[in-house]
Amino acid sequence: MALLTKKDASLILDPLADNNPITIQVLGICSALAITAELQASVVMAISVLFVLGIGNVVISLMRNIIPSKIRIIVQLIVVATLVIIVDQVLKAFAYELSKTLSVFVGLIITNCIIMGRFEAFALANGPWRSFLDGIGNSLGYGIILIIVGFFRELLGSGTLFGFPVLGNPISKTGLYATGYENNGFMIIPPAALIVVGIIIWIQRSRNTALIEDN
Amino acid sequence: MAINTEKNSYTVIFASVMVVVVGTVLAFLASSLSEKIKENERLEKQQNILYAMGINKNEGEGSVSFIPTEEVAGEFSKYIKEQLIIEGDKITKDDQAYLIDLKKQATAAKNGETRKLPLFIGDKDGSKFYIIPMRGKGLWDAIWGFVALDDRMVVQGVYFDHAAETPGLGANIKQRYFMDDFSGESILAGTKYAGIAVAKGNNDPLNQTKDDNEVDALAGATITGNGVSAMISESVTMYKDYLETIRVK
Repeated sequence: MALLTKKDASLILDPLADNNPITIQVLGICSALAITAELQASVVMAISVLFVLGIGNVVISLMRNIIPSKIRIIVQLIVVATLVIIVDQVLKAFAYELSKTLSVFVGLIITNCIIMGRFEAFALANGPWRSFLDGIGNSLGYGIILIIVGFFRELLGSGTLFGFPVLGNPISKTGLYATGYENNGFMIIPPAALIVVGIIIWIQRSRNTALIEDN
Repeated sequence: MAINTEKNSYTVIFASVMVVVVGTVLAFLASSLSEKIKENERLEKQQNILYAMGINKNEGEGSVSFIPTEEVAGEFSKYIKEQLIIEGDKITKDDQAYLIDLKKQATAAKNGETRKLPLFIGDKDGSKFYIIPMRGKGLWDAIWGFVALDDRMVVQGVYFDHAAETPGLGANIKQRYFMDDFSGESILAGTKYAGIAVAKGNNDPLNQTKDDNEVDALAGATITGNGVSAMISESVTMYKDYLETIRVK
């Protein structure tokens, strides 16, 4: 790719696997627990974080030379909160139904550790273009995990995907349920997300032993 | 020119400028959009009230679709025949009653004032609907809704919404399968205004028993479900004097 140098491309590709924000950096766990009971919510959250982190990283990067280091965390918080509130208000005025869908996520986006983490670790030290790529890469890496977790929790917990019943009807016992299969209610409560994330981490580290810290 | 960003004076100036800039931007945005947002909220209320009495664009299983915003004002005045405000024994007609803020009324009631209770009377194909607005507490934030009753106190339809319930769990109170369960249930237990409880383990997941004052609960959303139960029973209790006057015994 001519557009991206090898170094730039790694900003996008690394967080998808070997430097994943959730499974390796262990950031953004709170929202991965909270909203992955169904696939649709996972997708909405992934897209929202993509927007906020992409733009937020650029804004912070542009301001990096004038932000006083003593109050940088507060400044970062203000930037992300302002961005989210602006988007929320504009959607409420011009795309009301969409804003209803997103309203629950507003608080979760502002307090998402990935956003603060990338501002702090990357955008404060790098130029806008690289920060933008880093934001996109990290939110994609975050989104992938969210979608994997959402997929398994919704499938095993409710027997549906995007609300569409793929395994049959659990009440009138059709499809797979006719054979005695039952939905696992445990999957829809938040601790199940930790177990799924744990399994992903296990698989990832057993495939790539360089990720295992020796102690 | 390099700026010394470590100096205290710089930090203070930066913070002040930032607060002023962000404050101005947000205040400007809020005041310029507030009318549009209020209008959207007003239309949404009309859509919700019509939804509860079964006037909606639901197609097929699982869809929750309102009358489009462009048409809702016309449909609202067509189907909602009367809007009442009940204040103690005094009942007044007011076609802006649907704009009454239930939260403010609850606060007023706490301060010893008489609560204004809005009630909407709808008419669809000759049958009358008495629609009660409700407001209560979910797990994280407020939940609210509308319940449409006939003159025998049987639920004809409900609409629920929430501010911040967990997606996939408590947020499912606004799903069709949950709301549809309420239709046909009576809010009366004998002659008592009992409401409808969101019950776990009632051995009736298909909700075939319509006279048990119970619907099947949502898995993983106990507190939101209890909030819905409490909201319905509190609301019908507040309206029970009026409802007694129109009830066909």
